[in-house]
Amino acid sequence: MRFDKYEWIAISIMVSLFILVGFIQGWSVSLVILNMCIISAIMTMGVNISWGYAGVINFGVMGFLAMGGLAAVLVSYPPVKEAWHVGGSGLGISFVLLIALVTTVYFITKLVEKKSHQYWLNGLVIFFGLIIIRYFFLNATDRIEEVDPALAGFLGGANLPIIFSWVVGGFFAGGVAFVIGKVALGLRSDYLAIVTLGISEIVVSVLKHEEWLSRGVKNVIGLKRPVPYEINLQVSDWFITMVTWFNSSKLNQIIDPDQKQQILNNLIIDSSSLFVKLNYAILFFTVMIVIYYFANKAQISPWGRMMRAIRDNEVSANAMGKDIVKQHLIIFVIGAAIVGVAGAMLVTLDGLFTPSGYRPLRFTFIIWIMVIVGGSGNNLGAIFGGFVIWFSWIEVAPITTFLINLFTSGLDQQNAIRLHLLDSVPYFRYLLMGMVLLLILRYRPKGIIPEKVRHS
Amino acid sequence: MIDFINAIVVLLNFVIIPGLTYGSQLALGALGVTFVYAILRFANFAHGELMSFGAMITILFTWFFQSQNIGLGILPTALLALPFGILATIVLGLLSDKFVFKYYRTQKSVPVVLAMVSIGVMFVVNAIIRIIVGTQTIKFSDGQKFIMKAKQFKVMTGLNEGLALKFSQVITIFITIALLTFTFWFLQKTKTGKSMRAFSDNEDLALLSGINPDRVVFITWLIVGTLACVAGTLYGLDKSYKPIIYLNLVLPIFASAIVGGIGSPFGAVVGGYVIAFSEIMVTYAYKKFFKYIMPESLEPSSLVQLLSTDYKFAVSFTILVIVLLIRPSGIFRGKVL
Repeated sequence: MRFDKYEWIAISIMVSLFILVGFIQGWSVSLVILNMCIISAIMTMGVNISWGYAGVINFGVMGFLAMGGLAAVLVSYPPVKEAWHVGGSGLGISFVLLIALVTTVYFITKLVEKKSHQYWLNGLVIFFGLIIIRYFFLNATDRIEEVDPALAGFLGGANLPIIFSWVVGGFFAGGVAFVIGKVALGLRSDYLAIVTLGISEIVVSVLKHEEWLSRGVKNVIGLKRPVPYEINLQVSDWFITMVTWFNSSKLNQIIDPDQKQQILNNLIIDSSSLFVKLNYAILFFTVMIVIYYFANKAQISPWGRMMRAIRDNEVSANAMGKDIVKQHLIIFVIGAAIVGVAGAMLVTLDGLFTPSGYRPLRFTFIIWIMVIVGGSGNNLGAIFGGFVIWFSWIEVAPITTFLINLFTSGLDQQNAIRLHLLDSVPYFRYLLMGMVLLLILRYRPKGIIPEKVRHS
Repeated sequence: MIDFINAIVVLLNFVIIPGLTYGSQLALGALGVTFVYAILRFANFAHGELMSFGAMITILFTWFFQSQNIGLGILPTALLALPFGILATIVLGLLSDKFVFKYYRTQKSVPVVLAMVSIGVMFVVNAIIRIIVGTQTIKFSDGQKFIMKAKQFKVMTGLNEGLALKFSQVITIFITIALLTFTFWFLQKTKTGKSMRAFSDNEDLALLSGINPDRVVFITWLIVGTLACVAGTLYGLDKSYKPIIYLNLVLPIFASAIVGGIGSPFGAVVGGYVIAFSEIMVTYAYKKFFKYIMPESLEPSSLVQLLSTDYKFAVSFTILVIVLLIRPSGIFRGKVL
């Protein structure tokens, strides 16, 4: 991959921003922001693949992220045996019945010729089928939710290392995207935007309220980590040796052994938390690079060229014999799957799953701003958008506080306007995001790093 | 017989009156979305924030009037402040058009870009609202709360079930009827209304016949601002004002507009009621209702609720998806104003 001048500037801006924050606000803060930036960049790449490559709009980001989060829970949490014991059979029966229902509907659609008969028959079958399934299902879920509600009350997961969930999350989100795509992809783009937005709300509300599956609004906490815990690090010899070695020049200047031990202990505590964050950063960065590599490969492959052809002129691509519906579905699913991976990583980083935290403003629209700002159709642009927007999302608050203090410095300390403004500092980030989006759309509609069109 | 009347009263109290109120609010909102869609030709994601902004200005004026001891007696003071809110909302709409949307209209951008732009506007307006009033819940309805309390109704009729009627509900329904009548009269009978319909039907032809597009756009924002502010204020009066809620309200509003047939004002109104009633009817527990109409031996033991109220929101979208699958252009074939 060769980068041109703009791209080198973008990369060096990103790197220097983190170094700057590292020196001003501390390396811990810098790493926290970096981790979220990487996850945002992956989400942005997911959206960019469907929107930038093929022009398929996906406003369901929030739902796919939530599916990824669910995967993290279901993969890593230890199974709640008692819950399986009391509710497993009921759930099994309702699942089998559901499959039976779907096959019946499928056959009715196939075998009954007349459309109106089809609708009536299907309606009847679905209505009564659902009533029967509901009976088994509610019985089972009620029992599951009664199992130790304070600690469990759900089925639990598979007790595997959480890192597997990054793949599983992709599959979950891709599966949901497949269903959504089958239903909605024929729609016009602005309808599709609204429908995907709505379906993502449905996904989140299911996760919020189906407690047997995800514990709902009671949240799942204490998920396993793919990296060591700080407390374990602080007592392991190799880590202490490493910290001592890194800080040897500083430590050697201190003669008093008690004081030396004291400083070493503080250093170990600080660097253990740094080390954990760094580990996360390395893991996330690897995933990002892998996805970036394949996304770029795909873009310049014949398949990517076909996608671009479909995006730029659907009619002529269709005339060339490309199956537009199928390709749209494929790219929608791939994009959603990448978003799902990011969702699982997000939950891994937080160590907890809070379904009520998924809000469209934060998890759908901000991601879209990242895509538009970075440059749709360019993967590095997507990464850059993710980094820059998340970075400003975090750093707007301190900067705004500083600016407000600066501009109101002539006013009294207890001035009502000044206090009100300082209270509303968190909301200035929405203002900034809106302004950035509007300005970019107006003056640089292709984004900061525009798509490179290769004519080869 | 008395049981039957009781059952009807239960339905009226818990399904029909709340449904009519909520439906009216959705219908007004959906009508605004439809106007933008039919004439400016994009899906306006900022509409919820427009509603919220109108409600906020109304609240600010309500506070001002309250501090000056100006009121309407038993009616909420907000009605007095509403014209100011409407004015401010119209100004906001016109400003957003002048500084943002107009550029893309003259560029003839594709609808998706305009939708994206409206998201930018949504963020900005959202931030302005939060910076001015914060995010807390504001109750601003004053005056008398109930026209008729459940107890009064019971004493009056001697029935078992009560029927409560809130002022906000009656106000909502009456204002909606007035506003809808006016809008439809305007579209059908006046010259300006006809020119708007022509513009929405075929822009080029309308321009050829000498219709001034700037005027049409101006009138559109007048109507949209009015509808948005009234819808937002009525929603705030009925429930309570919370800036975050309006973002969630955008989705049912879009659902109403699409279900009715986007671009068709009549469809938007019908869609609003369809969505409101289905949300309430699907999530209402009918136990009490069946208790009255069923013989004692058949009385249901469970709640007889199709879906738990948690899924209220999901219902509107399920309907949207079903309608789009079976009849993609909506109940009333949309497209033309």
